Amino acid sequence: MLSAPEVLNQYYLETRCQLLEVAATLDRLDLAMRRDGNEPVASDPRLERLRTTLDLLADRQATPDRAERVLRLFSD
Amino acid sequence: MQIIQPHYHGIARTAQDYERMAMSGVVAVCEPAFWPGFERRYPETFIDYFRQISEFEPTRAAGYGIRHFCWVAVNPKEADDPDLSRAVLQHMPEFFQKPNVLGVGETGLHKSTRNECDIMEAQVQMAIDYDQLLLIHTPHLDDKLHGTKRILEILAGMPVDPAKVWIDHVEEHTIEAVRDRGYWFGFTLYPITKCSPRRAVDMIEKYGSERLLVNSSADWGPSDPFLLQECILEFRRRGHTTQEALEIFHNNPARYLGQNPKFDIKPIQIVEA
Repeated sequence: MLSAPEVLNQYYLETRCQLLEVAATLDRLDLAMRRDGNEPVASDPRLERLRTTLDLLADRQATPDRAERVLRLFSD
Repeated sequence: MQIIQPHYHGIARTAQDYERMAMSGVVAVCEPAFWPGFERRYPETFIDYFRQISEFEPTRAAGYGIRHFCWVAVNPKEADDPDLSRAVLQHMPEFFQKPNVLGVGETGLHKSTRNECDIMEAQVQMAIDYDQLLLIHTPHLDDKLHGTKRILEILAGMPVDPAKVWIDHVEEHTIEAVRDRGYWFGFTLYPITKCSPRRAVDMIEKYGSERLLVNSSADWGPSDPFLLQECILEFRRRGHTTQEALEIFHNNPARYLGQNPKFDIKPIQIVEA
């Protein structure tokens, strides 16, 4: 198993890239909503799931079962 | 669709790249001089590298019907050795006479050291003196914002024609500063660092494509020349037309690079029969 510094070294750039993609996707969505109006997606439960997931990831006190919790959010 | 790949390090790639690029519509590649992954000790090593990209590499590309052009420069990372750099710079004008050399590149900054800044300035001056196109590399990752600002400061103090300058590897936090000063700007598509195809299309939709050069900068590290085609696919999937794609991925490079008469590939207009 990798040490904590090794995990950070090995996955830092990849995680940075993945976060940038999420940020860009949310920008894309916001711009489209501004352009076309909020109605089509404002009440879409998938959008709320994405936002709840981001809250979960931002919680510094979260336990190391984030992936499982995210999957439960996306599963009935 | 015909594509020009404006930033491609062919010496680090296999012939299969050329074959697959040819099959996917690439008609020309441009190879800037870059860092080989280690610091070279001798000016002659650079000179032989310049010979490789200006004499031999075009023959490899020609085997697949692809035109090959190149640039010569001391890259920003090795520019931190000023004695070595100035020895190389003495020989660069010889290469401006070659039929496929388009200008000075890629110069720019890596860590923005005093030496790097001095050598960049010397290379900018050389491009001005010899009326060459100028390709400028902006730093990666943590050094990007500061380095880009420093590059713009250096350029602002010199009599450069912005229309002849291409500042590469811009991202969301550097695009406006470069674009608003009239320079050509590049998105460089990489699997992990720099820009992704989707983010590139986002920026095209937000900022427009005037003076934009999209490239995938294939090199010896983790890189993928076909991210350029992936970007075209993403662009088309969002409903943009083939002519709009041609304007960005073929005609813009043809217009910028065509300022040097050696680059004789002209913009294409689709005409329906």
